[in-house]
Amino acid sequence: MSWETVIGLEIHAQLATKTKIFSSAPTAYGAAPNAQANLVDLAYPGVLPVLNQEAVRMAVKFGLACGATVSQRSIFARKNYFYPDLPKGYQISQYEKPIVEKGTMDILLDDGSVKRVGITRAHLEEDAGKSLHEEFEGLTGIDLNRAGTPLLEIVSEPDMRSAKEAVSYMKKIHTLVRYLEICDGNMQEGSFRCDANVSVRPAGQEKFGTRCEIKNLNSFRYIEKAINYEVARQIEIIEGGGKIRQETRLFDPDKGETRALRSKEEANDYRYFPDPDLLPVVLDASFIESVRSTLPELPDEKAARYMQKFGLSAYDAGVLTASREMGDYYESVIAKLPGNEKLAANWVMGELSAALNKDAIEVTQSRIDATRLAGLLARIVDATISGKIAKEVFEKMWAEGLDADAVIEATGGKQITDAGAIEKVIDEVMAANPKQLADYRSGKDKLFGFFVGQVMKVTAGKANPAQVNDLLKKKLAG
Amino acid sequence: MTELHHLTLAQLAAGLQKRQFSSVELTRHFLDRIERLNPALNAMITVSGEQALAAAAAADKKLGAGNAGALTGMPIVHKDIFCTDGVRTTCGSRMLSNFVAPYDATVVAKLSQAGVIALGKTNMDEFAMGSSNETSFYGPVKNPWDLTKVPGGSSGGSAAAVAARLAPAATGTDTGGSIRQPAALTSLTGIKPTYGRVSRYGMIAFASSLDQAGTLTYTAQDAALLLHAMAGFDPRDSTSVDVPVADYSATLEQPLAGIKIGLLKEFFERGLDEANAKLVRDALKIYESLGAKLIDVSLPNLPLSVPTYYVVAPAECSSNLSRFDGVRFGHRCENPVDLMDLYKRSRGEGFGAEVKRRIMTGTYVLSAGYYDAYYLRAQKVRRLITDDFARAFAGVDVLMGPTSPTPAFDIGAKVDDPVTMYLNDIYTIGANLAGLPAMSIPCGFLGGLPVGLQIIGPHFAEAKLLNVAHVFQRETDWHERIPEAYR
Repeated sequence: MSWETVIGLEIHAQLATKTKIFSSAPTAYGAAPNAQANLVDLAYPGVLPVLNQEAVRMAVKFGLACGATVSQRSIFARKNYFYPDLPKGYQISQYEKPIVEKGTMDILLDDGSVKRVGITRAHLEEDAGKSLHEEFEGLTGIDLNRAGTPLLEIVSEPDMRSAKEAVSYMKKIHTLVRYLEICDGNMQEGSFRCDANVSVRPAGQEKFGTRCEIKNLNSFRYIEKAINYEVARQIEIIEGGGKIRQETRLFDPDKGETRALRSKEEANDYRYFPDPDLLPVVLDASFIESVRSTLPELPDEKAARYMQKFGLSAYDAGVLTASREMGDYYESVIAKLPGNEKLAANWVMGELSAALNKDAIEVTQSRIDATRLAGLLARIVDATISGKIAKEVFEKMWAEGLDADAVIEATGGKQITDAGAIEKVIDEVMAANPKQLADYRSGKDKLFGFFVGQVMKVTAGKANPAQVNDLLKKKLAG
Repeated sequence: MTELHHLTLAQLAAGLQKRQFSSVELTRHFLDRIERLNPALNAMITVSGEQALAAAAAADKKLGAGNAGALTGMPIVHKDIFCTDGVRTTCGSRMLSNFVAPYDATVVAKLSQAGVIALGKTNMDEFAMGSSNETSFYGPVKNPWDLTKVPGGSSGGSAAAVAARLAPAATGTDTGGSIRQPAALTSLTGIKPTYGRVSRYGMIAFASSLDQAGTLTYTAQDAALLLHAMAGFDPRDSTSVDVPVADYSATLEQPLAGIKIGLLKEFFERGLDEANAKLVRDALKIYESLGAKLIDVSLPNLPLSVPTYYVVAPAECSSNLSRFDGVRFGHRCENPVDLMDLYKRSRGEGFGAEVKRRIMTGTYVLSAGYYDAYYLRAQKVRRLITDDFARAFAGVDVLMGPTSPTPAFDIGAKVDDPVTMYLNDIYTIGANLAGLPAMSIPCGFLGGLPVGLQIIGPHFAEAKLLNVAHVFQRETDWHERIPEAYR
């Protein structure tokens, strides 16, 4: 039997506010345990939450950017459960009336088609603290620095059909929240993570299978691995005659497998009810419009512009707009090279990206800035150097932090475009290879490549390839 | 010479300003009375004499320098529900028997900025859950009018302390009648302002959508003084309302001619002792003689107040009290074996029976499958009751009726019957559900025990309520009576 995978994601994006969602404590990562928890975060008797308006503005920004409805009236609710890293004994979240509803996100599939993933809702909530089980023998440590950090939980429809689709959706949201500057996207620090709801069903069946929720996935690689493992596990159980139990599971990156955390029966009854300490969040239309006016050009809009104006493929446009910084870099390069957008795209996605990856740095830290790369590409365009030489020049520029012209000057890598000089070399090559010349002239066309190679060899690759082609054809014809 | 404890807050303030006595003298006078008289009453949980005398000395300097405010140097007592920096705050519970807050509640801070001296913390029903002050971990409070009777609750310690002249005024909180009912049972003036008028920050939450701080004083004039210093918008309480605070003292003397008083039909029909009803009617006659017009008003949904309240309040309390888990502060059981044991024993030992009863009720009404039938329905009824009040206020300026169905009852009489106990709040709960300001003022005695008249106004009509109460107190002397043993 063939199986269809069904995936929905709940993404938790930590909002980049300076202070917590309901208290004035700072949100910066990495402070000494409990140094960033104030009385409100510690849930001292008598303290009250006050909503951080910046978090609201960021949620609205996200809602507008994914084409969603921004609710003019949303409600905070209490999700009640006991845990030591949840100081109040309840988490303040949004339940029945979230701030953002019914958005969409388009993802590009491998076959080049576009798939629209539904965003059911996005709601504001506070993060819990951390329980530290390892460092204390027989005890549990509690660090409440993270308690009260603002989160935007972005819930998708069960629209994804493979781990790959889930990853591209997650990447797309990751790109968007960073474009909007509402989340730093740092997955290692947990600023961007997700829970994946995974089920399988026989191909063609409409009814969903029983799902399992995999908690706290904080890398794109883990998401793919965890989902693939989970799908295989579920199929194996069903094909073996078993049934899937609805449960929450954890992914163990070391073993590459998921394991059960708790079943549906063991799940808490959270006893949600509207938080009487907080008023409904009422947003008037003018506020929403004022937020809309602060939206940057969004990744999809930018990609569409690249495709339309520069003739880039959907794939290339997608790669170049994957981060706001990459797009900015690319646009700085092409500003100096109008008409050469495709060439610039190839270089930014090729040599530059490879070099960035190799050094594991961001485009903003690139050792060749946009002006220098444009300078290098200009020498290809004006035929001073060949593409092949340009790659060598690029490497030197990267290593030594020099302009293209300085490198070309120093290494004599300038292209030979003088027709007389090239003809002289061709004459030498023809004289040195009489047999091949005779064969070529008697019909062995394939030997043309041999002559090109010989000419390039003699000129150490510096001869302009187009000229070599033209001149060789003439000369060989006799 | 008139004894200092016979003077009202307004008179004491004038005396302090004129330097007829110092704040230290005044403070010492009341601390002495507390030391002498409190043991029989059990009105105080913590007395902070040393801090009080130090603050009084500082207040005297200000008074001497002539840069004092209206309340500078005035000693009062705080209900032990308000967090006080450096002084233990128990909320009447074993759970917080070791808890010293590292901050002042906004009410405490505002009064302290106004120069008020805190003598200590008053006894109360545990977490303000009770109508008789018998649920306190620190033992029941006795009514100064008869030591075998309850003083009412939950602000029973505040009421007993002021009634016995251990302090000239007290703060209190009112979630379902917790200021007004004890005021009625001890012959005091008690006011619960509009929900949102006084900040809840630092006031340990019982039912967040109903809790409101107020005062217990001898007179409406005193209430006007004290409330003015407590009220106001607080950015740390999202439910506090940004409406300017009126000068309550300025409008106390406004004549009542032509004022329309609504008589709550439902209050006189249900469970009201006939002799008690007569005292209320007598009070209404005085208003009539002052030119007020009495109009019968019916609030058809008001009889649903008690069941509505006993869904909403426990629901909120079940969640509010989750933070008392033995992890960060408060009572922690000895040698917990694991997390569940820590939770179960810390909470099991820390909370008393009434608190547990309400946490369980609240947990039940919020549970999956019961939420719609209880919590949601209660919220709908709450809306209907609020609408009833709004309709009534379209035709009248204030509403009046009894505060409590009976005068003070015997200690121990109702402890084993929670439902009968809950019915004590039958007249007071409506104002909490609708967020309205309401008062209780003394209007007579029944068998030597005080009876209260309740006055309810529209939102933010505190000035009108205090005016209506003050004019009545000009005509009567019930509020001047002091229990014999405490004169």
